[in-house]
Amino acid sequence: MAKVIGQAIKRKEDPRLITGEAKFLDDIQLPNMAYVAILRSPYAHARIKSIDTSKAAALPGVIGVFTGKDFMDINPLPCAWQAGGVKNNVNTPRVLEPEKVTFTGAGVACVVAESRYIAEDALALIEVDWEPLPVVVDAKKATEPGAPQIHENAPNNIVMEWECGDAAAVEKAFAEAEIVIKQPLINQRLIPTPMETRGCAAMYLPYTDEYTVWITSQAPHVHRLLMTAFVFGIPETKMRVISPQVGGGFGAKIFMYPEYPLVAALAKKVGRPVKWQETRSENYRATTHGRDHITELEVAAKKDGTVTALRVHTYANLGGVLSTVAPGIPTTLYGRLLSGAYHIPHIYCKVWGVYTNTGMVDAYRGAGRPEATYVVERAMDLVARETGLDPAEVRRRNFIRPEEFPYAPADNILAGLKYDSGNYEPALNRALELAGYDEFRKQQAEARKQGRLLGVGLSSYIEICGIAPSAWIGLPNQGWGAGLWESANVRVHLTGKVVVTTGSQNHGQGHETTIAQVVAEELGVSVDDVIVQHSDTLGTPFGYGTYGSRSAAVGTVAVYNSLQRIKEKARKLAAHLLEAAEEDIVYEDGKLFVKGSPDKAKTIQEIAAAAAIGYSLPKGMEPFLDDTAYYDPPNCTFPFGTHVCMVEVDPETGAVQILKYVAVDDVGNVINPMIVDGQIHGGIVQGVGQALTEGAIYDENGQLLTGTMTEYAIPKASLMPKIIQDRTVTPTPVNPLGIKGAGEAGTIAATPAVVNAVVDALSHLGVKHIDMPLTPQRVWAAMQRN
Amino acid sequence: MKREVTITVNGVTHTRTVEPRLLLVHFLRDELGLTGTNIGCDSSQCGACTVHLDGQAVKSCTVLAVQADGCRVTTIEGLANGKLHPLQQAFWEKHGLQCGFCTPGMIMASADLLSRNPNPTEEEIRRGLEGNLCRCTGYQNIVAAVQAAAEMMKK
Ligand code: FES
Ligand code: FES
Repeated sequence: MAKVIGQAIKRKEDPRLITGEAKFLDDIQLPNMAYVAILRSPYAHARIKSIDTSKAAALPGVIGVFTGKDFMDINPLPCAWQAGGVKNNVNTPRVLEPEKVTFTGAGVACVVAESRYIAEDALALIEVDWEPLPVVVDAKKATEPGAPQIHENAPNNIVMEWECGDAAAVEKAFAEAEIVIKQPLINQRLIPTPMETRGCAAMYLPYTDEYTVWITSQAPHVHRLLMTAFVFGIPETKMRVISPQVGGGFGAKIFMYPEYPLVAALAKKVGRPVKWQETRSENYRATTHGRDHITELEVAAKKDGTVTALRVHTYANLGGVLSTVAPGIPTTLYGRLLSGAYHIPHIYCKVWGVYTNTGMVDAYRGAGRPEATYVVERAMDLVARETGLDPAEVRRRNFIRPEEFPYAPADNILAGLKYDSGNYEPALNRALELAGYDEFRKQQAEARKQGRLLGVGLSSYIEICGIAPSAWIGLPNQGWGAGLWESANVRVHLTGKVVVTTGSQNHGQGHETTIAQVVAEELGVSVDDVIVQHSDTLGTPFGYGTYGSRSAAVGTVAVYNSLQRIKEKARKLAAHLLEAAEEDIVYEDGKLFVKGSPDKAKTIQEIAAAAAIGYSLPKGMEPFLDDTAYYDPPNCTFPFGTHVCMVEVDPETGAVQILKYVAVDDVGNVINPMIVDGQIHGGIVQGVGQALTEGAIYDENGQLLTGTMTEYAIPKASLMPKIIQDRTVTPTPVNPLGIKGAGEAGTIAATPAVVNAVVDALSHLGVKHIDMPLTPQRVWAAMQRN
Repeated sequence: MKREVTITVNGVTHTRTVEPRLLLVHFLRDELGLTGTNIGCDSSQCGACTVHLDGQAVKSCTVLAVQADGCRVTTIEGLANGKLHPLQQAFWEKHGLQCGFCTPGMIMASADLLSRNPNPTEEEIRRGLEGNLCRCTGYQNIVAAVQAAAEMMKK
């Protein structure tokens, strides 16, 4: 049988999506359903003196109006990742804020009404008496003396101080360095913007006290766990969480948000099913943002381009309150990646996590790793600039060599883990070849003579996928409050059809197809005979969900492990039925036979039927081919690659045009190349969005100036040309499938490639750095300054 | 204040009494239960809500139901007739969707584009779809799907 793993099979999930039959959250309609709308703070920092809901409550069609005071029996949300250094100063949202708000968009009251129009009308009738307080939005300024204090328990607004590496060794390396470079870098705040906003629907059964809650969730089991055990303080068994068809997440749909317990509580309060669907304007204020770092980068290097040390100081803006895993992102997922693809002898990183009067910041596609990669890849270009060497050559000179794997980055910054496998130079060489790098350098020199500005930028990134070994992520200094294994159940039914249930969650990644491919390959059945069920806590084993490029490298490995045990049982049963010894049974292409007698084979379907009927089983064997596996990876995986971006900058306007984009990625073995390529395309365009067009802007009063899609510019189809792609394949030894993961690579790689290209285009004008997004205005201003 | 409207959606004529402020997209979704048309924004930016109004692509969040009185509307549910439309087929084959939330609007906008220009270049497709945002695919396979559909429709 032809191999199924590695084939570009059309997705099993697509028919319902291309016909409009898929049911997203807002498509759920329950009998007697009522609608929820939420009143959000117009102030970034203010005390609530009083709220008058009487006019709103009197509007015909309004069922109830509630404020934070009505929900004081519900706990504040948990912060599940109190990364090392978080002091006793965790402040998280309540379902509605009863006393004080710390960012615009915090919910303070809500309406339940017969229709969404009436609910919105009633919001306008709620009167809040506000006492505005002084505001700070900049993470560095928030730590300075005299800054407004946002939470009493967090002096100077500091959430945590975190460090990794060896400060003394770095100090010494800088003292001895031939070259020292300092560069401030801003990694601007981004708004994740999945095309579907968040939403929640709930119904409640009195007498048994049971909730059913539908959430736009990347991690339904985690939502249930956090909501029951931490927020409501009820047994998990009293709640079923269903994640319906989900329209993208990019991290923003992992977290516990105040609206979910609010909606569940409202279903109980009004005694009817209720639904809340976020508007886009709400989404931009009340759903988490990403990035937002102010960094001071220092690089020590030799004249030959060898980097000898990195020192990185970062202020990470975490917003007015902490989101679910906020402190873990600019620490474990950032500092620990600062060696990038390079053998850097000494590294030190210090991070301040800071409260400001802005929206919550948490994981957004890449989550910490794009920020780290931006630092490292800008550093490589700055060294090239300083030494006069070609940026490709600087990367080559600093690459970790293939024979150095497994590689432990300097000064234990990776907290005991090692890079699994890598071979960085072939990917770089292939990318340069596809891009026509040498030829472009000639064109660039020619173009400059005519006043045209061409530039090329590289990014030889690595990333951390398959997050994460429980024993590592749970170390005391990491502060993650749980394991990060995944689970799967495989059942081969009597008719030979296979049902897989998984704790992973599909919101566009194609789990229903790729997991089916692994099953088809292992069992020798047709992909059409495999169905993958997910996203409902009723009927799926507990799993931590889909994020951190972990569904293939962790979740699918759980499926694989289950399949091995199913096969073993099938072999035992075949031996029994064929009256042979188990070690003589061959399992090939879905058939089991005694070595040398393939003509007398039993198909896996026949074996499944025999196991299910169960009247002729070997002594002691339980009926049914059914197995559940829990997989905890021994290590993370470390994909890598090189992206090359070529741009032309308009000397008159500063507008950047991408001429060519080449991506050579190594994500280990690939289950479905079409899906992996798609993940990379989407990731790249999001990364290019950060480089060129996106940025959340708060004014000094904490008002979000980019509060709708009109102001926040996500990429359109015309932003860039077709991406030229290739891959190298370096399987990971970490898991039996050799898969590394591909969800975030594009986003991580693209941003520095684009910025490096634009700076390169302007290098002869003396431009060394421009902060993102590289809008025409900023690029033009940089040209004028130099 | 309510007004009666008669709108033919996917070939079926519906008469309803609606508030004058009711958006066409809510008429389709909430009154008729045609939830294939999605809502992705509140500023007429994303195109997730694209349907055909008297044969032309419109953002149904930007049209009032009363404005569509007497008109014909086609939604994603009305595109296939027993067999997938070439665009649906091509989006599937070329992996032109990931989460699929933008997809109904994207397909409806692409159908409009191909009806005006059956032979678009890559450039024309990218420009022609500027009113439809997709956060997942980076547009590359959407462009490929529209190209493939154009080929299929010639046959
Ligand atoms: S919903 Fe975004 S344009 Fe209509
Ligand atoms: S496929 Fe997800 S937004 Fe387009």
